[in-house]
Amino acid sequence: MSTHTPVDPAAIARMANRKTAKAGRTVIFRIKRCDGPGKPSYWQDFKVQVPKNANVISCLQQIALSPVTTGGQPSTPVVWESGCLEEVCGSCTMVINGSVRQSCSCLIDDYAPSEGDTLTLEPMSKFPVVRDLWVDRARLFNNLKRVKAWVPIDGTYASGSGPKESPEDQETRYVLSTCMSCGCCLEACPQFNVEADESKWNTDFIGAHAISQARLFNMHETGKRLAAERLEALSGAGGVSDCGNAQNCVKVCPKRIPLTESIAAMGRAVVFHKVKQFFNR
Amino acid sequence: MASGSTDKRVIVIGGGLAGLAATVRIAEAGIPVDLFSLVPVKRSHSVCAQGGINACNEVSRQQGYSEYEHFDETIYGGDFLADQHPVLEMANWAPRIIDLLDRMGVPFNRTAEGNRDLRLFGGSLFKRTHFAGATTGQQLIYALDEQVRRYESEGLVRKYEFWEFLWPVLTDGESAKRCAGIVAQDMRTMQIRSFRSDAVIMATGGCGLVFGKSTNSVMCTGAAAARCFKAGVFYGNPEMIQVHPTAIPGADKLRLMSESARGEGGRVWVPAIKNTDGSWGPHPRSGDDPKTIPTSERYYFLEEKYPAYGNIVPRDIATREIFDICVNHGMGVAKGNQVYLDLTHRDPEYLTRKLEGILEIYEKFVGDDPRFTPMRIFPGVHYSMGGLYTVFTKGRYEPANPLAKHKSGSRPPLGSEIGLGMQPGAMNNMMTNIEGIYAFGEVNFAYHGANRLGANALLSCIFDGLFCGVSVTNYIRDGLPGKKPASGLPGSVFDEFVNQEEAKQAKLLSTVKSGASAETNPYAIGKELGDEMTAACTVVREAGRLQQCIANIESLKGRFARLNLSDSAAWTNQSLSYTRAVGDMLSLAEAVAKGSLARRESRGAHYRSDFQQRNDAEFMKTTLTKYDPASNSVSVEFVSIDADLIAPAVRNYGKKDDSSPKAAAKPALSGV
Repeated sequence: MSTHTPVDPAAIARMANRKTAKAGRTVIFRIKRCDGPGKPSYWQDFKVQVPKNANVISCLQQIALSPVTTGGQPSTPVVWESGCLEEVCGSCTMVINGSVRQSCSCLIDDYAPSEGDTLTLEPMSKFPVVRDLWVDRARLFNNLKRVKAWVPIDGTYASGSGPKESPEDQETRYVLSTCMSCGCCLEACPQFNVEADESKWNTDFIGAHAISQARLFNMHETGKRLAAERLEALSGAGGVSDCGNAQNCVKVCPKRIPLTESIAAMGRAVVFHKVKQFFNR
Repeated sequence: MASGSTDKRVIVIGGGLAGLAATVRIAEAGIPVDLFSLVPVKRSHSVCAQGGINACNEVSRQQGYSEYEHFDETIYGGDFLADQHPVLEMANWAPRIIDLLDRMGVPFNRTAEGNRDLRLFGGSLFKRTHFAGATTGQQLIYALDEQVRRYESEGLVRKYEFWEFLWPVLTDGESAKRCAGIVAQDMRTMQIRSFRSDAVIMATGGCGLVFGKSTNSVMCTGAAAARCFKAGVFYGNPEMIQVHPTAIPGADKLRLMSESARGEGGRVWVPAIKNTDGSWGPHPRSGDDPKTIPTSERYYFLEEKYPAYGNIVPRDIATREIFDICVNHGMGVAKGNQVYLDLTHRDPEYLTRKLEGILEIYEKFVGDDPRFTPMRIFPGVHYSMGGLYTVFTKGRYEPANPLAKHKSGSRPPLGSEIGLGMQPGAMNNMMTNIEGIYAFGEVNFAYHGANRLGANALLSCIFDGLFCGVSVTNYIRDGLPGKKPASGLPGSVFDEFVNQEEAKQAKLLSTVKSGASAETNPYAIGKELGDEMTAACTVVREAGRLQQCIANIESLKGRFARLNLSDSAAWTNQSLSYTRAVGDMLSLAEAVAKGSLARRESRGAHYRSDFQQRNDAEFMKTTLTKYDPASNSVSVEFVSIDADLIAPAVRNYGKKDDSSPKAAAKPALSGV
């Protein structure tokens, strides 16, 4: 079995469906829609003839060509966010059959292999809905500011190369650096809740992604210069100690980033930071 | 309503590598930047770049490589169509750009000693490509995104994410039109408003969606460039569209299989039977499990035809050879449009370490593990070498006599190693014909000529942002904005363009009809445009088919004029946005088709079956296209290029003459 294959047994079982799924079968897309913030949600079903290797995106595109519900009611194209369609941009995250993931890499053959099968699409529940499957993830990016997720370079003018780095350290940092801010870890996290009020963003739980980014930049030779400020941000309200250790984040991360490892490492670092602060008072 | 600030500001449109690099450079100079993007900038299409970024480096330098050689390769790779001085400057800057990215924390792959590792890439015999796993573009854009976030938190950068650029605000400058801002729309609230700025940087990437399915992200419609084009900016070399040789066919898009798969030893082959005369013919069981095909029945056509470069020939050549094997000879795998890209002879552990990200994409979307099963690939539209037409100021380096093709390892001309291709900070570097509008990155037509070399795209984007970003700051301080800042212009200048865009939107919204037929459905029109452009304007082009294509675009324009929008929502109306884009894409498509027809030669990515030779006397020139609003049509002319530094040579990458005996071993690849 390849190292790329998911470890989740349910995902492995789904992949087996690829062998049996017949091209041209009809699949029902049950989609949770919403016309805008504050408006009620409602469900609509669409029938799609599914070709081989179709994914959720290509089916939503097909619906846009002729948006008519299974009841024959003319409707509108579904609104959703998408970008690269290669699972590197993080845009098209949604809840599919109850689990959060990117919709581009969601092959219909895996999820709905038989004639008449239903696939359910819902927007992520931890972010305010903009319309249909599109949610506002601004808070997620704001949390990257809270941990100063950048290397404080002098400027962009030439001043030699960066620090040398061992291949082992590079490999550790590389994995952490593949985080595409998709929000899966936040959707799955019991500590992270929908919070539309911006004034509360800076005190609510910061989320696994931001904690892991703090670790990434604290590992870098120049990034370390801000280590104390990052730990300070993680030690306050909504910081690393708010993590309830449910470990859901690491299970849903599409990039298989060792998020719980990052949380543990930053948890320890925050304790050292506090002890040091205590003795340096 | 325009913002009333008296501060001079810069607008950057597009938050990919070029836009972010420009933003950082300009903010660093203390000038506030308003950054517009259709998506959160971190999700821009640059994330898709996989393979790496080219630069001369200390190892290759000691093996005889130089910045000048990198420049030479880029010109040669681009089939002598690029203006040469800007390319020289870009190559000179490449090592500094790598150093900077390194300082920003990009996790470049490392050697045992901790130095940056290098890989071999198409178009070079030297290892000069730096990489971060198989997601180099993602890692680079994240580094720049982080620096922009830093300036954002300091208040120098204001992001307008999910805002769509609709039109440039143009007004009278000193002698000609000048740009004083933009009209944009919030894609959620649908609010349309103007923004004042003293310079506008278009960094909006390519136009893959004009071809329907491509390797591009869904927002790469080319609509932003098309709007500038329709507002009067010239568009250069539209016909130069790179079709990447190795894409994974898919229902929604063509996913790229990086050139690094070939750079790391990937071999391209089809099952075939060798005839007694040495030629190859179709294989009766070409759709069988590839593992059951014996070595003697595998036709490694790139290696046979190009013994020197083998599988790492540049993209246009690889694309045409794969196309030829499948379409003309019917030798594709399972008789279809696909060939094998095979890595199974390499150590799986090694492949995981070097290529995990891209191999994962294949497995995720196709279901087979490429470490153990050869991949099935076919060419797909990938990159636009053409783009908005820009100018520059030459640096001091101007030799009396153009040099012949530079030879590997020989000494570069005196002085060429220190940036003299373009004059640093000259105000017009990469400015379009409309004062105040710059074009950076893929939307800029400069640098790649008729074909882009692998791992040069990331370089050209960041180079534009950093090097030409200084030109923008100088223009803001010392150019027209110093005398006549946009903040001092009357509001009526801006209101005129807001009204224009509101009227366009109102017209589209008035067409709403649910259940419209495909004839007037905007999604159907967009899809048909893509199918037509792919059929007529990609790998092989020919006059009759191109004329038919131009006629078909005309008829699509007619259908667009009477379309029915499928959504009337006043909130987050994606259909409206897409439909408006389709209308603008039609003009860009017309430029591509007309440019292809007018260029009666074959050069780089542009291959005409009716004019198979390159014709330097007539066509070593930039295709300059202009839009005429009165007739809603595109005109084509040719303008001379700057080719002072390297004289044109035959570009054949050492292709073996069919009659010549089998060449000896490949030249030694520089080992690291």
